[in-house]
Amino acid sequence: MGLLNSTNKTMGRKAKPAHVVMEKKMEATKEIKPVTNKIKIGHVHMSGCTGCLVSLADNSMGLIKILDDYADLVYCLTLADVRNIPEMDVALVEGSVCIQDKGSVEDIKETRKKSKIVVALGSCASYGNITRFSRGGQHNQPQHESFLPIGDIIDVDVYIPGCPPSPELIRNVAVMAYLLLEGDEDQKVLAGKYLKPLMDLAKRGTTGCFCDLMNDVINQGLCMGCGTCAASCPVRAITLEFGKPQGERDLCVKCGSCYGACPRSFFNLDVIPEFESISEIIAGALKEGESDD
Amino acid sequence: MIEDPYFGKYISCVSARSTDREILKKAQDGGIATTLMVFALEEGMIDGTIVAGEGDRPWEPEPIVAMTREDILKGRGTKYSISPQISWLKEATRSFGLDKVGVTGVCCQIQAVRKAQLYPINMRDVPGKVAFTVGLFCMENFPYKSLQSIVEDHAAQSLGSVKRMDITKGKFWVYTERGDVATLPLKATHKYEQPGCHVCLDYVSNLADISTGSVGSPDGWSTVFIRTKKGNEIWSKAVAAGMFETKPIEEVKPGLDLLRKIAKEKIDKNQKTIEERKTFGVNKALRNPYA
Ligand SMILES: Cc1cc2nc3c(=O)[nH]c(=O)nc-3n(C[C@H](O)[C@H](O)[C@H](O)COP(=O)(O)OP(=O)(O)OC[C@H]3O[C@@H](n4cnc5c(N)ncnc54)[C@H](O)[C@@H]3O)c2cc1C
Ligand code: SF4
Ligand code: SF4
Ligand code: SF4
Repeated sequence: MGLLNSTNKTMGRKAKPAHVVMEKKMEATKEIKPVTNKIKIGHVHMSGCTGCLVSLADNSMGLIKILDDYADLVYCLTLADVRNIPEMDVALVEGSVCIQDKGSVEDIKETRKKSKIVVALGSCASYGNITRFSRGGQHNQPQHESFLPIGDIIDVDVYIPGCPPSPELIRNVAVMAYLLLEGDEDQKVLAGKYLKPLMDLAKRGTTGCFCDLMNDVINQGLCMGCGTCAASCPVRAITLEFGKPQGERDLCVKCGSCYGACPRSFFNLDVIPEFESISEIIAGALKEGESDD
Repeated sequence: MIEDPYFGKYISCVSARSTDREILKKAQDGGIATTLMVFALEEGMIDGTIVAGEGDRPWEPEPIVAMTREDILKGRGTKYSISPQISWLKEATRSFGLDKVGVTGVCCQIQAVRKAQLYPINMRDVPGKVAFTVGLFCMENFPYKSLQSIVEDHAAQSLGSVKRMDITKGKFWVYTERGDVATLPLKATHKYEQPGCHVCLDYVSNLADISTGSVGSPDGWSTVFIRTKKGNEIWSKAVAAGMFETKPIEEVKPGLDLLRKIAKEKIDKNQKTIEERKTFGVNKALRNPYA
């Protein structure tokens, strides 16, 4: 609980037992004085459909709050007029890398060099996803044929799988990245714990598939038939037969969502049981109309 | 807030029974799960809920998104087989257009809901739209073919003729429409359990808003843990509206001591399984989802 108290503190609240903070939320949020050390965030566009960026923007008021109080968007070709990749605390990379496109390869390497934390935003950056199916032959660059997830070119710190990644997960990672970089020791611990499974996914590999459920959940004797995988599949490739997932493997677009979402891929017992307080913290951090100016 | 190593966090715990006769007629225990969801629906706190309805084969559960009292009542009674409740979680917010989704399910399914809320991987809208969760106590579950073996081979009853099943007092009970009661020792059912249950570290749905089960309370009554702020709000309103009779848990038999004993048995056993998985092969471990 100490962890959570001090998180409330950075968000400007007095340290109180978590339940007291919750009860007095209306009162307490008035006390919010956001910390002024903003972090620098950038959106790096590789070969992706901009759906990930749209998801980021779909946090609407939450995004504005993040940009008001916690982060500056220092790079984003779609939204900000900056040409060269600047120094960043957190780079959110959308899309996979076309290895026949020199510019893209340079940009992704530059991104690694200039960023403290590289986040693969969405399934194309994490796993290749739909771009795995490319065979090239498209005007006006028919030779652009081979697309790799960014983790095959550079080291990646955090994965946010999803096609598109959900606005809420992007939001959570943004808040936690802020705490990791700007919070006090306890907050860094909380953020580290929250981000760890997403960092482990980044270490795990660059391929995503229904097969992951077979290899690492079902074959490992871990599946309990909850159906989460089916809910998370963007192309409805998964159905449950006799309480176990079956994948229509030709439908699978290799997005890796089902594995990440499965409660038996990872279930961190030091974070998820704190769902009530953590959700309150995130909601509190993003409450509208509480910014300093 | 009470924190217990085997019961998780909770605000209060009572023994209770629904006052709704129609619900009680087919409820497994005190009709808590069904009554709570009906109440939440009628009060506008949810606009639908996932329940385990009837599937194609007898006693094969199938998750449904229930948006009426009538449909919620289809969930009454425990079906001792896998009902992939969470497969409808995102769809409930989409095709069904629900803004306030209820979920009933066993411990691992409520865990799945909380993971989807904190780590919503391709679970857009789910974090904010889960409005109310009622979790069940759960020792283990059975694949459908296992249930068939237990009821048809061991208890020698045809599944189609079964009226009710129960696991209590160390036995698996099968009640038929014609009034037969067949029992078999739980020992005979263990080998049929779903393997994934053997790494499960939750017995009383620690992460639900409200969780309920039979153990701890007298027959026909349920043990109820009120856990979250939201759970507390709905429970208080429901009790005030006369939906439940309640008794202090300290005053009923067998009470929390038995519940704690059984919870400890499950969790200790499964902790041990997880430990053993580390040295399952020769220098090869089986995967640990909690590591
Ligand atoms: C597999 C399983 C194992 C259980 N093990 C225990 C135990 O060890 N100890 C204990 O005290 N209680 C256990 N229970 C809970 C108990 O059997 C009752 O379900 C619980 O007390 C609720 O009764 P009720 O009268 O309040 O619910 P009712 O009003 O009868 O409603 C039943 C509710 O259960 C849900 N449900 C039914 N079958 C399933 C299923 N297969 N999967 C998911 N949800 C389902 C329905 O959606 C409905 O909401 C278990 C339940 C299940 C499903
Ligand atoms: S999400 Fe995981 S545990 Fe649940 S049914 Fe799918 S594979 Fe099994
Ligand atoms: S089965 Fe579905 S969720 Fe899983 S990797 Fe394939 S497309 Fe993605
Ligand atoms: S024992 Fe655990 S894993 Fe198995 S069905 Fe029950 S809650 Fe789920």
